[in-house]
Amino acid sequence: MSSILPWILLLAPLCSAACITLFALRWKALSSFISIMAVLLSFICSCLVFARADISAPQFGWIDVAGALKVPFGLTQDQLSKMMLVLVSGVGAVIHIYSLGYMRDDEGKSRYFGALSLFMFAMLGIVVANNFVMLFMFWELVGFTSYVLIGHWFYRDAAAAAAKKAFITTRIGDFGFMIGILMLWMATGSIVFAEITPRMSMLTSHPTFLTVVALLIFCGAVGKSAQFPLHVWLPDAMEGPTPISALIHAATMVAAGVYMLVRVAFVIQTSQTALLVIAWIGTITAVLAALIATQQNDIKRILAYSTLSQLGYMVMAVGLASNDASMFHLFTHAFFKALLFLAAGSVIVMLHHEQNIWKMGGLSQKLPITFVTFVAGALALIGCPPFSGFFSKDAILALAYQRNVPIFAVGLFTAFLTAFYVIRLLVIVFFGKPRSEVARESRESPAVMTGPLIVLALLATLGGFAFFARRFLALPIEKEVAVFVPAVAIVALILGSGLAIVLYRNRASEPLDLQLLRHKFYFDEFYRWLIYWTQELLAGVFAFFDRWIIDAGAVSGSGRGTLGIGALLRLIQIGNLQAYLFLFGLGIVALIYFAVFH
Amino acid sequence: MPVWNIKMGRPPSVSLRGHRARYCDIVQRIEQQARWGAHAHRVLAMATSPSQTFARQSTFSVGNKFHQLLFGEAPKRTRGARVLPRMIAWTIYLTFAGAVLLILLPRPFARWIALFTTIAGLALGLIAFVHTSIADLAHFTTIVRVPWVPALGMNYHLAIDGVSLTMVLVTGISAVSTVLFSWDVEHRQNEFFFWLLLVVGGCYGVFLSADLFLLFGFYELVIVPKYFLIAIFGSTNKEYGAMKLTLYSFFGGMFVFAGILTAYATAGSLDLNELSRFQFPGQLQSWAFPVLFLGFAVLAGIWPLHTWAPTGHVAAPTAGSMLLAGIVMKLGSYAGLRVAMNLFPQGFQAWSKWIALFAVIGIVYAAAVALRQRDLKFVIGYSSVSHMGFVLLGLATANALGVSGAVLQMFSHGVIAALLFAVAGRMIYRRTHTRELDALAGMNLSGALPFAAFTFVIASAASMGIPGFSGFAAEITILIGTWKTYPLAVWITGAGIVLVAAFTLRALKQSFFGEARPSVLMQEGRVALDLDWNEQQSITPAEKCGACLLMSATLAVGVYPKLLLDRIMPAVDAMRFLK
Repeated sequence: MSSILPWILLLAPLCSAACITLFALRWKALSSFISIMAVLLSFICSCLVFARADISAPQFGWIDVAGALKVPFGLTQDQLSKMMLVLVSGVGAVIHIYSLGYMRDDEGKSRYFGALSLFMFAMLGIVVANNFVMLFMFWELVGFTSYVLIGHWFYRDAAAAAAKKAFITTRIGDFGFMIGILMLWMATGSIVFAEITPRMSMLTSHPTFLTVVALLIFCGAVGKSAQFPLHVWLPDAMEGPTPISALIHAATMVAAGVYMLVRVAFVIQTSQTALLVIAWIGTITAVLAALIATQQNDIKRILAYSTLSQLGYMVMAVGLASNDASMFHLFTHAFFKALLFLAAGSVIVMLHHEQNIWKMGGLSQKLPITFVTFVAGALALIGCPPFSGFFSKDAILALAYQRNVPIFAVGLFTAFLTAFYVIRLLVIVFFGKPRSEVARESRESPAVMTGPLIVLALLATLGGFAFFARRFLALPIEKEVAVFVPAVAIVALILGSGLAIVLYRNRASEPLDLQLLRHKFYFDEFYRWLIYWTQELLAGVFAFFDRWIIDAGAVSGSGRGTLGIGALLRLIQIGNLQAYLFLFGLGIVALIYFAVFH
Repeated sequence: MPVWNIKMGRPPSVSLRGHRARYCDIVQRIEQQARWGAHAHRVLAMATSPSQTFARQSTFSVGNKFHQLLFGEAPKRTRGARVLPRMIAWTIYLTFAGAVLLILLPRPFARWIALFTTIAGLALGLIAFVHTSIADLAHFTTIVRVPWVPALGMNYHLAIDGVSLTMVLVTGISAVSTVLFSWDVEHRQNEFFFWLLLVVGGCYGVFLSADLFLLFGFYELVIVPKYFLIAIFGSTNKEYGAMKLTLYSFFGGMFVFAGILTAYATAGSLDLNELSRFQFPGQLQSWAFPVLFLGFAVLAGIWPLHTWAPTGHVAAPTAGSMLLAGIVMKLGSYAGLRVAMNLFPQGFQAWSKWIALFAVIGIVYAAAVALRQRDLKFVIGYSSVSHMGFVLLGLATANALGVSGAVLQMFSHGVIAALLFAVAGRMIYRRTHTRELDALAGMNLSGALPFAAFTFVIASAASMGIPGFSGFAAEITILIGTWKTYPLAVWITGAGIVLVAAFTLRALKQSFFGEARPSVLMQEGRVALDLDWNEQQSITPAEKCGACLLMSATLAVGVYPKLLLDRIMPAVDAMRFLK
């Protein structure tokens, strides 16, 4: 059944962004109103689309080069995209409302809401894209809106640098993604998912080609979902406003990489080698980020590393060829991570933008609603039954246990670390005594902020139960390991939490001092060195070459050469009659000499 | 026997002679039948239009057209569709007429005449764009043809196809916005707009010429007013920049002239449509092509002959940089496509990998150099070279996708570069009197000039190839086309794409979003850097109109590239160099 609903839900945020940019920049309340209405409209339309069994949207041609390239603009409406639509617009709506409170006094509120609407448009576009080029376009567009939103407080150098870093780092991944798309297009002659799927069988005789294509497409996800080795931008992106961290850098945009991998699973699952690489990249990211998180002191950065780690789990599941498990974890993670960020935002605002956890403490009494909801999110994150994270993480671990035991072992260790750093955070921030003046004087956030927290806390608690999740997802099926894996995971959880409680209870400062972890394995330093010796060197050499060799050498050189020849010729033109006569005579003498004696 | 055969001293090929005999016959018949006057203009134009399609269309359709022409009774739709595109020739006449009027009339009229002239040019382009059917744009269709120097076979011959139309449009858009951004030029105003209109008129002329010599004439005509624009009205190091640009242009022009003479001497014609059907010997093509293409490519900023571009852009007044980057650089790439590639397809195919190589080097190299520049205009100047590298890469692909993408990129870059220079040269420099990024970083101009900041963000996004702007549509088309021919080039270009993002973001950050230092006096809505400087500081309505025009152009094409691609594609498809 053809319907215009999918188009409305996609275009509503775009209209909002356009209206705000063109007309409403001066009226902050109006722009936030437009933006929230648009996202609510999107959410309602998503729900309506979700409720209908079969629905399709009219499509039109975007680029149409006969015989060479056809790029249609059409909307996919399958179970996967419908679920993502509801998730993205739902979490988006909650965070829009929360932003009202968080950005209450911000000068650039209109700009913020305009960019937020544009982001919603781009993100929904990724979800519904029915071909690679459209996906790539929205993919780039989310990158740009993410840049704008991270750099919202551009007058802080750290924010501006983080925005730039995020944009450029993800662009490196996007480039591989684009080449992957081009290769696939050359091989199959189409860029539309539905047309490529049946043609994949033609390529089975070229396993190397398939591996290369799958890995190149995976590059896009490595950038966007911040997987090792391009993970460095995500923690820095925490310089943006906290609702942005919740929406873009936890619940939706970074998950877009995983969603994309699931969307193009028909390509990726054709190559076992690629799958193995993907699984290991995910695993490495998961454990690396969890290790780093144990030694960070900024509340948002700890959550950012936990996001990295959880994204690693999802990518691991993709690599283990289970779309269901990875989508399940994406689904629950969106709730509990958005919740954790928003709760952290509530803490940060009430402490007047203090983010260092060692300046907090004892907040459980001061901010009770925030505390309770944060705990719900934290328990879901560490996979404590019966919170949602338990079910989805368990599904991935069970899968790993069946298919690849080393990955399972690392995954289990990551679960232990997760419990450790999350409980550490909880203990330091909410228990003990307040360690600073602001912490002592803090009080609970307004209802416009706590409301979204409660909604998300409910979802984070319930999201994993089959009766709820099955409406949205095809849940992964666990077989004979249904008892063993959860049991081991719970043991890891208890060990990690226990260790954290023992170590950090009533502490005023960090008892451990692991420089390697504190400096994030020196990735930033390494990349800085790398950029210095590649990009800067290249730029320096080229600039030198341009200025001195081409311009001063070849160009001015030829000019000077011309002048020099002119100057030489001028020497002959003295203008002195005697000299001319002398030369004339000299010439005659020379002529006679040559004529007579030779 | 026609005169030119005697003049040439060498008989042209048999096929061409036969073709020409037929063609002369037709012209004579029509001249006899038509009244000389307004009507004859059209009739003459009609006469040549079928002649160039002899080889392509069935006799029936040609005969049919003649029937309609000679005995009237043409269906209304066809008439309307045929008359309107011909009006596009008036872009040239109007622009030159405006220029002449400018010197004659007193000063208060100057900028209004310039504005109306350029708007009329844009309007004519848009009318042609709307009313010409896509099928008519598939071939280089003659619109005017009047004998000029019959003894040499030179004609005043204008023609249009999808590629020309696209270029005429970008010329119109850039010209209007350039005038708007020069609204408050006070110094020798009439003269300024006179030179400006000459450049614009010359560009229209190049894009519409279908006669080789006419094209060359217009091409060289552009250089002279450019020199005066820069040398009189320019800023930093203006004599040097102007002279460098002029010498470079003449250096290129020398090669072009040699190439044109070769083509003329061999084929005995100057008509581009005839020449493009003439089979030049392979030996000749292999050396004549690089000569001709190199000559044109100088103006397109091909590496390593690009250094005139940054210096010229920096020295030029804002209007000069906008025209230079917006249109004049396109002259080179357009003529390279229209003349060099079309005339010498075999030579092109032999040399295309070298063009691709230079283009790729240019993309990465210029982006890397831009990363090191301290002057905002230098950054944009090098970014122009990098973006023009994409045009050359697209041309080098020799497939319909890549070449269409290149034409789209010419449009896109014309608009985006004009916008970038407008912000740097007009909005920033006029108010702060500096373009040094380090100095600008201390001003946090976004607070003082929010509209300029917004414009620059849009321009940078478009320049980086963010979807939704024309740059993305053009670059993705070029890269897809390139992948078919030179996959390796796409890999290397990737480095360029990352570098473009790096230097654009750096320039954006430093120019508008730096940290305000207390030493800079800030007042509400205006930045007061130089207390003696008491000119109006906020963005003027003229500047806003110009910026909005350019932004909407890049957005419209970016959101719906079919708008232009549908017209470019068939025209490119009709060219014979495609592999």
